[in-house]
Amino acid sequence: MTQSTNTAMPLLHADRVSSIRSGRVLFSQLQLAVQAGEIWQISGANGAGKSTLLRMLAGLLVPNEGEVRFNGQPLHRVRDDYHQQLLYIGHKAAVKPELSALENVFWQRRLGGDTTATAEQAQDWDVLEQLGLLGLEEEMTGRLSAGQQRRVALTRLWCSTASLWILDEPFTSLDVDGIALLQQRFLQHLSRGGSIVMTSHQPLTDTQLPLQQLTLNSARAEVLL
Amino acid sequence: MMNSWQLWRSVLVKDLRIAARRRSDALNPLLFLLMVVTLFPLGIGPGPDILARIAPGIIWVAALLATLLGLDRLFKDDYNDGSLEQLCLLPQPLAFTLTAKVAAHWLLSGLPLVILSPVLALLLNLPLDAWWALALTLLLGTPALSALGAIGAALTLQLQRGGSLVSLILLPLFIPLLIFATSAVENAGMGLAVQGQLAILAAISVLTVTLAPLAMAAAVRMSMN
Repeated sequence: MTQSTNTAMPLLHADRVSSIRSGRVLFSQLQLAVQAGEIWQISGANGAGKSTLLRMLAGLLVPNEGEVRFNGQPLHRVRDDYHQQLLYIGHKAAVKPELSALENVFWQRRLGGDTTATAEQAQDWDVLEQLGLLGLEEEMTGRLSAGQQRRVALTRLWCSTASLWILDEPFTSLDVDGIALLQQRFLQHLSRGGSIVMTSHQPLTDTQLPLQQLTLNSARAEVLL
Repeated sequence: MMNSWQLWRSVLVKDLRIAARRRSDALNPLLFLLMVVTLFPLGIGPGPDILARIAPGIIWVAALLATLLGLDRLFKDDYNDGSLEQLCLLPQPLAFTLTAKVAAHWLLSGLPLVILSPVLALLLNLPLDAWWALALTLLLGTPALSALGAIGAALTLQLQRGGSLVSLILLPLFIPLLIFATSAVENAGMGLAVQGQLAILAAISVLTVTLAPLAMAAAVRMSMN
């Protein structure tokens, strides 16, 4: 497994974590150290444990072995601080089909901690415009196409002030333009000292991204008896 | 950062807005209750004395079953679309945030019952002295129904069809409410004191509304596995 060569204290450090799901070892003694300004792509076959690892990093799952540390502190001790710095978008996008795109953006901005949000604001329109959702803002999100729904979910990346992004398959159902747009946003985020951990089956096309790779090797998966 | 109350309010508003967009789902339990209450006189025969005698039991049993009908959806949609895991990832305490969802459930299922209670009393020929007691028992008892129900809903999140299991878990817990509520209404009909029963109902509600959120939050966090 990959070991970070950087000696500074990592922003997020998964220290020898293991995951056992349904009697199968998905990964064991895994090391991952994410520094500020880094982007990590976790790859691996279906069922290799990519999403499990991301949920562990986000603090939704407790590792079977090892621990995840944020700024050197175990997650359970700095949970509130950590969650203020974290933006997690799982493969379930948390978009409400009954709400319009604009309402979803508004709601996501409130969740992101924006207390000034009282109603739809000009910046929401800007975000919708950037993501090519203008003209669809009043439409119920449930009636939009899968790609458009994904774009609504990804508006959070434009609204959030979090420094660490954990993204599970952000490119799913996006078109070429959408993927390029998203990578542009990644670059902006990294240049501001943010970090990204993501999974994706497709290679990132933007060569400017200082991409680091971690491959989960499912061949290593052992069956527990 | 948004404080817990602001988050609480936005969760409540969002849930009510979604319910307004799916009116048939919200109205279904109430229609069920009205149908049960109107069918009983047809089935039993229009003897006013018998009806008045069994009215408290019928209304309360129908209220319990109507509550169970709507419970399945309480956390399920949010669980399926990923909104629930986003709530788990907020710095604000999850137990408190979830009470907003319970409050929304009560506003949509408990409060309409209280408002409908004069009509229900009239349909079953409940004496005038007893209908206010019925309204009071519903006002004091339905918050406990929603809070206990939410525990059941949270415990069965991971099950595909948890409906029957929720009923099995919850019905025994609902029985004390049923006993004290019906006895209060009967006593009121006979002109006896009802303060004792009402106090116990209020105590059950206070206890469940304050403690159930802890159980809900624990169950929801467990379901993230």
